[in-house]
Amino acid sequence: MGTESLNSPGYDIPPEMQSQVAITTLDKIYNWSRKNSLWPMMFGLACCAIEMIGTAASRFDFSRFGMEVMRPSPRQADLMIVSGTVTKKMIPQIVRLYNQMPEPRYVIAMGACASGGGPFKEGYTVVAGVDKFIPVDVYIPGCPPTPQALLHGFITLMKKIETQSLRSVPWYQKTPGEPIPIPILGPDLMDPRKFDLIKQVCSQREEQRNTEPEGESTHE
Amino acid sequence: MSEQVGVQSSSLTERFPEIILPDSRTGYSGFLVKPENLVVVAQALRDEMGYDYLSSVTGVDYLPENKMEVVYHFYRTIGGGALVLKTQVDRENPVVPSLTPLFPGAEFQEREAWDLLGIRFANHPDLRRILTWEGFHGHPLRKDWKEPFFEEEAKPFKSRWPEGHVYRAEDKNPFHDNLQYPAGFDPEQWSPETDELLYAGLKRVDKSDDLLTEQVVVNLGPQHPSTHGVFRMVVVLDGETVVDLKPIMGYLHRNHEKIGERNTFLQNMPFTDRLDYVCSMSNNFGYALAVEKLMGIQPPERAEYIRVMMAELTRFLNHIFSIGFLLNDLGAFFTPMLYALEERELILDVFEAVSGSRMMCNYFRFGGVARDIPVEVMEKIRKLVFDRLPRKLDEMDYFITNNEIVRGRCEGVGVLTAERAIALSASGPVLRASGVAYDVRRADPYSIYDRFEFDIPVRYNGDIYDRYLLRLEEMRQSLRILRQVLKDIPDGPILSGKPQYQVRVPAGESYGRVEGPKGELGFYVVSNGKPNPWRYHVRAPTFINLTSLAEMCRGQKIADVVTILGSIDIVLGEVDR
Repeated sequence: MGTESLNSPGYDIPPEMQSQVAITTLDKIYNWSRKNSLWPMMFGLACCAIEMIGTAASRFDFSRFGMEVMRPSPRQADLMIVSGTVTKKMIPQIVRLYNQMPEPRYVIAMGACASGGGPFKEGYTVVAGVDKFIPVDVYIPGCPPTPQALLHGFITLMKKIETQSLRSVPWYQKTPGEPIPIPILGPDLMDPRKFDLIKQVCSQREEQRNTEPEGESTHE
Repeated sequence: MSEQVGVQSSSLTERFPEIILPDSRTGYSGFLVKPENLVVVAQALRDEMGYDYLSSVTGVDYLPENKMEVVYHFYRTIGGGALVLKTQVDRENPVVPSLTPLFPGAEFQEREAWDLLGIRFANHPDLRRILTWEGFHGHPLRKDWKEPFFEEEAKPFKSRWPEGHVYRAEDKNPFHDNLQYPAGFDPEQWSPETDELLYAGLKRVDKSDDLLTEQVVVNLGPQHPSTHGVFRMVVVLDGETVVDLKPIMGYLHRNHEKIGERNTFLQNMPFTDRLDYVCSMSNNFGYALAVEKLMGIQPPERAEYIRVMMAELTRFLNHIFSIGFLLNDLGAFFTPMLYALEERELILDVFEAVSGSRMMCNYFRFGGVARDIPVEVMEKIRKLVFDRLPRKLDEMDYFITNNEIVRGRCEGVGVLTAERAIALSASGPVLRASGVAYDVRRADPYSIYDRFEFDIPVRYNGDIYDRYLLRLEEMRQSLRILRQVLKDIPDGPILSGKPQYQVRVPAGESYGRVEGPKGELGFYVVSNGKPNPWRYHVRAPTFINLTSLAEMCRGQKIADVVTILGSIDIVLGEVDR
């Protein structure tokens, strides 16, 4: 993106200076630099991770989009690509990794599993979409999405970043954002935000079982 | 082959006349033995009859008969068919003696049977949950256990077709999510699972007569750039030296088997793609073989050739990928990988052209393959096999094999002896690099592998370097097979019978195994004549190969652990299923 497109209309810059000077807004220059230097976290979950590696390799080469630096540490990354099936055993770690990423941070749900459970949704240890726990910016369909689809997802994210405003983004508010509570592995996955609901439903079921004749199965 | 087995089986019934009974259910084979006699029989099998390789251990829940059955598949490393041993126990509190002391390779498989079916193995050294977590409610593969998004016992669900009253699975669950808890459960009373049991099981060295230094426990993973996915290792370190190591898996447990038992037979085909997601074609192959054995059908000639062609292309693809990853783990970050991925893309182009998808091919059908290979794609394969791939293989060989760093870091590291490799049920390149020439394609030939000329490469040092060299040599042999396939491939139909959505599978059991790129991939399928498999079990090669990881790592440096793991070549989709 040249300086021409950075320049806000309404400010006439003499033609001889157009390649050196741009008058622009803070939002615009911030988003411009942000979107062209996304550093994804080196973080693969399942099948989609292989396609992600394929996208990083020579044929598709996502370093063309300014994102060749994949960082294994969440502290140095600002884009989390959730590439694969999210299981209940893994979600505490994913939430923890997300909390450790410095803001501004973005999340791409790559593939059907990360977006909504995919072919494994009915499975007992599968989280039906990573967005039940962390906010997702871009969803990419496919099982797995082709590298082209992943690149399209990146471009979509860049377009989204372009439209953001420093006033409204969740980071840079007066009060710092709360970290997402880390789910706990109990008899099943427990979200600390939903303890009351769990308690309520379980005690209801207990009452039901006590009133029912014995020997009935407890599963619904 | 069957005659050979017959001779052996009669001697087995002679040896244990009272104890052993042939399994007389229709469609079943093998022998039934009482749990209390299991260890004696298994020991005799190993020590007297040469069945030294315990390939697969799994359980089956026969709910109508109120029985739990544990199924053992024994093989001989000199080749031949299986000897299947079964033992039955009551469903309530089932206890079976563990075979882990005799066959250490059973360790993880028995833990899996405990985790998913609730079969307790007496004398097991470390019986913890393996795929789910400690504290998980119930044993999910039991037939009366229902998942939170349970809809019906078997597909096709009535809500989908033909009535089609589709609803979101979340709507019927009280939590609007994939969750369920025991009745009366109070989350605030729950003490979170700690890894105490795990840490307590780790060995420490006794250093009372030496300089007293602290032994540190280090967790590698599940988010770690070199664990090839979501895999965790707990390592006890004395300085830099590994004292003990325990692999922890289940971070990608996607309930393959539970979903597989709800699916119809054909619906499982695309799910097998996602087991070992680097080589989906070989997974298809194993499953197709298992079900075809039950159905008693034979694919037409052309389909057999296409299958072998795809399986060997997959082997090449997997090995070049794994060598790239191994070099990644050695610190040659991504440059060798780029060379490997270049060839991978070309093979994936072929897969995409024949099946419509790059990675998840879903290409095999019972009795053939889904689509024929177009002429121009055949030409492409020919160019790859005769020209490009051999050239690129030599190039890789030239760059890597004599590299000083590669040799320095790989030779003599992560050694597994032949005896231990057999005892630990290792398979594939890990077994053959330890000096055991065991390849299912030759030992128990399937499909049309007996028609081709190829060697089973063997290396004898059992270290990382030998595993690397073996993979290189296997790729050469794959190309050799591919050249013969391309020369001989006949024209003709690609599917026996008409394509059908619902196959009729007679009641019975079958075990189909193929030599996948990572080792022996087996599918144990039990059918009761209904459209869905009663039991569907995958003998995942890398899952079982991981049993030997601790042994390879003990006494090595921490930096080598990553390389040793790379040399086993794991894929988590298959390890955790």
